Amino acid sequence: MSIESSNGASPEVTLTNDEIRRYSRHLILPDFGIDGQKRLKESSVLLIGAGGLGSPLALYLAAAGVGRLGIVDADVVDESNLQRQIVHGTSKIGTRKTESAKERINDLNPFVDVTLYNEPFTSANAMQIARGYDVIVDGTDNFPTRYLSNDVAVFLGIPNVYGSIFRFEGQVSVFWGKHGPCYRCLYREPPPPGLVPSCAEGGVLGILPGVIGTLQATETIKVLLGVGQPLIGRLLLYDAFAMQFRELKLRKDPDCPVCGENPSITELIDYEAFCGVPGHDHTTDVHQSHQNGIMAVRQISVEQLAELRASGEPIILIDVREPNEYQIANLGGKLIPLSQFTARADEVPREGRVIVHCKMGGRSTQAVEHLIRLGYTNVENLTGGINAWADRIDRTVPKY
Amino acid sequence: MATRVFIPTPLRAYTENRSEVPVEASDVQSALDALVAQHPELRRHLFDDAGALRSFVNVYLNDDDIRYLSAGRIAIGEHDVISIIPAIAGGLAA
Repeated sequence: MSIESSNGASPEVTLTNDEIRRYSRHLILPDFGIDGQKRLKESSVLLIGAGGLGSPLALYLAAAGVGRLGIVDADVVDESNLQRQIVHGTSKIGTRKTESAKERINDLNPFVDVTLYNEPFTSANAMQIARGYDVIVDGTDNFPTRYLSNDVAVFLGIPNVYGSIFRFEGQVSVFWGKHGPCYRCLYREPPPPGLVPSCAEGGVLGILPGVIGTLQATETIKVLLGVGQPLIGRLLLYDAFAMQFRELKLRKDPDCPVCGENPSITELIDYEAFCGVPGHDHTTDVHQSHQNGIMAVRQISVEQLAELRASGEPIILIDVREPNEYQIANLGGKLIPLSQFTARADEVPREGRVIVHCKMGGRSTQAVEHLIRLGYTNVENLTGGINAWADRIDRTVPKY
Repeated sequence: MATRVFIPTPLRAYTENRSEVPVEASDVQSALDALVAQHPELRRHLFDDAGALRSFVNVYLNDDDIRYLSAGRIAIGEHDVISIIPAIAGGLAA
């Protein structure tokens, strides 16, 4: 499928001699050339997220000479980011990701104009931020922002270059309502919180966002220039473990609520509510709202658990994380991974005081809900999991 | 002749870490039934309480989404493969 350049206009800018030297390998490239380079110079790209996917995106799009890069991110650089977020460095730990990325981009290519948005991308600010950009690149790590980015792109009629990662596996596509399907044509609704494990819980190969983000950068350049066959209507799957690429056909859903023939959603909605998660605090228990609606899970704090242990009162501690997580740090609980919980629930005693924990409290809530459904009345959830224990009770326990 | 069902990483926890499960079936629905019969933990991740495929899980026969194939029974040919492709986000901590 061939499409017009996403920013439409024929290039009117000129390149300086410095720029001609810098971009010479593009200028001699057939189907790119000086017109292509000028087009990039007058293009603008909005990056949602300066994390794993955003890192290679920011670096390659800046190096390639995209004229204006907008970067939205409210987070600061954390030590655990550096295994994959290569736009940031050790000296930037604790500083804003946007500022850190900008400094690197300015050094890489001072011809790029960088606009920073040090705030979460939300329904309240998204249209205002995105208006005027030629392309949105979705480098987010959560469903609410993913649906928001998609809907903003559909409403503005611009492409949304999508990438998503999990452990050793990634997905890439170009969603552009004018020319093909959008993200909602692919997945009408997000999974309820907790049903799909997250990166923080499931881990991610550090190189994976490098591959997926670089593929997104490639597609971004192609749609800006209007060259090649963009990944519109195609979902590219990458499995780093098997080292396999596969491609699936995507179709535009005529009944899609945002890009279909009779859209039912014509303005931005409350995406946190839509996805059943609270706002932008990634460390809170994502099941709080979920559990309130379904059943009451008794909670116990890490302080209360520490007191119980000190008092010598007998308790039965159940750990529902995976064995590799248990190896990193544990509280001595009995390991029954959530993934095996249905089959092994009868190993949990019905007598005595049972306390269930995981890393942050999400998976253990699911386990407790399951036990309650089985008629257990003696189970409690450790709020905040082993990470809260590491923060507030025992600093020698490593956080991961 | 067994049909291969590709299992995505997030769901491998429920298939003893297998990335591929062979099933004996002549159509897609019975292949999925056979899959969840072998790996019961998968059921709630693929189907809702009414037995319908969940809206954040897509099933492909080769490179086609089964939602867009014939409404009734979808026959499986000798070399066909079935893939389960769930929505992945990248991030919210749980």
